[in-house]
Amino acid sequence: MPGDIAWCPGCGNYSILKAVKKALFELELDPVNVLFVSGIGQAGKFPQYIKCNMLNELHGRALPAAVAAKIVNPDLTVFAEGGDGDGYGEGGNHFMAAMQHNADITYLVHDNKVYGLTKGQASPTSVQGFVTKTTPAGTGEPLNPVALAVAADCSFVARGYAADIEHLSGLIKMAVKHRGFSYIDILQPCVTFNRVNTYQFYQKRVYKLDEDKNYDPYDRAAAFTKSLEWGDRIPIGLIYKVERPLIEAMIPGVNAVPLVDHELDPMKYEELLNEFI
Amino acid sequence: MFINGSHSVALGALSGGCKFLAAYPMTPITPILEFMASKGKEYNVAVFQPEDEIAAINMVIGASYAGVRAMTVTSGSGYALMVEGIGLSGIAEIPAVIVLGERPGPAVGLPTRTEQGELLFPVFSGTGEFPRVVFAPSDAEDAFYLTAKAFNLAEKYQVPVIIITDTYLGNSYFTVEKYDLSRIKIERGEIVAEGTASADYTRYAVTESGVSPRAFPGKSGVLVYSDSDEHDETGHITEGAEVRTRQVAKRLKKYESIKKEISAPEFVKAEGAEYTLISWGSTRAAVKEAAAVLSAGKIPVNILHLTEIWPFPAQAVAEALSGGTVNIAVENNASGQMAYLIMAETGIEIMHRINKWDGRPISVQFIVKEFKKLAGQVKKK
Repeated sequence: MPGDIAWCPGCGNYSILKAVKKALFELELDPVNVLFVSGIGQAGKFPQYIKCNMLNELHGRALPAAVAAKIVNPDLTVFAEGGDGDGYGEGGNHFMAAMQHNADITYLVHDNKVYGLTKGQASPTSVQGFVTKTTPAGTGEPLNPVALAVAADCSFVARGYAADIEHLSGLIKMAVKHRGFSYIDILQPCVTFNRVNTYQFYQKRVYKLDEDKNYDPYDRAAAFTKSLEWGDRIPIGLIYKVERPLIEAMIPGVNAVPLVDHELDPMKYEELLNEFI
Repeated sequence: MFINGSHSVALGALSGGCKFLAAYPMTPITPILEFMASKGKEYNVAVFQPEDEIAAINMVIGASYAGVRAMTVTSGSGYALMVEGIGLSGIAEIPAVIVLGERPGPAVGLPTRTEQGELLFPVFSGTGEFPRVVFAPSDAEDAFYLTAKAFNLAEKYQVPVIIITDTYLGNSYFTVEKYDLSRIKIERGEIVAEGTASADYTRYAVTESGVSPRAFPGKSGVLVYSDSDEHDETGHITEGAEVRTRQVAKRLKKYESIKKEISAPEFVKAEGAEYTLISWGSTRAAVKEAAAVLSAGKIPVNILHLTEIWPFPAQAVAEALSGGTVNIAVENNASGQMAYLIMAETGIEIMHRINKWDGRPISVQFIVKEFKKLAGQVKKK
């Protein structure tokens, strides 16, 4: 069991951990039925510090494993978790595919806009002009993952902020309850390696979308416009939501009985052999 | 039955308890994927085509971790993309079955042709050191039974099992005795049933055999921690020197038990034989027929044919090749990979080779012709 938590004092991950624990507690989930599949990075360490099932996957590869686990045992509440490098760089293809396929899992991305574990390289979401040892001339335009998600018709798209634990916890509960692929990009300060997107930076800029009674998260065009909003004002909250068929619609082999509960009986393939006679 | 190699692999997987197949289309294994997809609904097997091969192997890991028998099928370049994932199967001790349908490489190579160019690849690939099993079935019947066996070994020993086939085997049709389903036993190894785990259960407990009882999330009444990082007995990340030493040793120890499950290679002795033809995988029928032709021509030859390749049956191979014969490795590749493996594992150098790497299968005539050339040269010495 881990003794010390291997995050810097002041790391946004501690708040995210609190928010997740709060959400799990309020959802009254039994830890035995909760699975965290994580990638590699500071965020990837997350499930080491929580008492649930854990599959710490390869860098960028949490999503396929999480989706498969959910397919074979839909009674599990499944989370995929990782950072912005893990999710939008190494794992970018799986992010796109997961949104397309729509498995009923929750994907939390700890977006601190830098590579923390490997000590300070740029990430796909680093702000433009971010100077690091691998980008001494500064980065180019960052990827906008929330806009990407809306474009992919992702079933549930939200942005959270690590320091607002209450709000983030609420988003996580909504995400878990939502039937479909639920994605939350969590703005997270990295006190050691990102001197741009600090607590002060976000405190001045974030505002809660839920406080705008006119905002309709089912309106995809409005969501896309909202997803492009960044600068003096950064919206957090539920940005887009749509009901869509789940991945199981593509997999006729799945029925009401979870695959993990099926009996394995070679003899039932006798008829299939006869097809070759 | 009249059946091809691809469908035999599929039937072996199904009757062997496969409940989850994630595979990306790639010549020559697409027929396996398509056949299983067509049977998925009827037999309640989840068949899914993911975005790429990396997703495929990681889906196999996720499904297997969650408690079902899972498989992927691919060709050489797809396998190359899966190598990290196979290492994950190794370190996290999560069972996985991977069918590698060979075609001529490297890279894109000759997509629709055949070769035996990837023997050493599955035997040695992967970061770090971990146990794995490698099979290379010789015909349709072999493909059926070995694929089913692969799932048992994968789960009993919690290792990746790679089944090497090729375009030739996959596409060839065979007339066979109806496959005997009563021969297929499902052996899942030690799994923690709900309510039976002790309070101090740990997923990676160090045991005599190196195999730790396995638990499934939500099914065993305990929390299951699995990690791609090095981990302690509980499954949590560690960098400790002693723990690392213990866990690596524990995993490698599994080879001792796995070796007992590997069948000896086929060794057919001919009276008075001065030569032994060595072969593996799909070339068996051609080699056997070539031996018969040579025998009819008063040149008896022994045959040593391998289908269960790794852990390598070194003792049996060494014995077969130490009878004073001239040993000739017959391979559908350029560099003689089986010859290399025999040298590495037994110290016996296979000086003589019959190789073909034009993307076409090895024919009986080719073996006989090349043998006679070789035999002539050998005699001159």
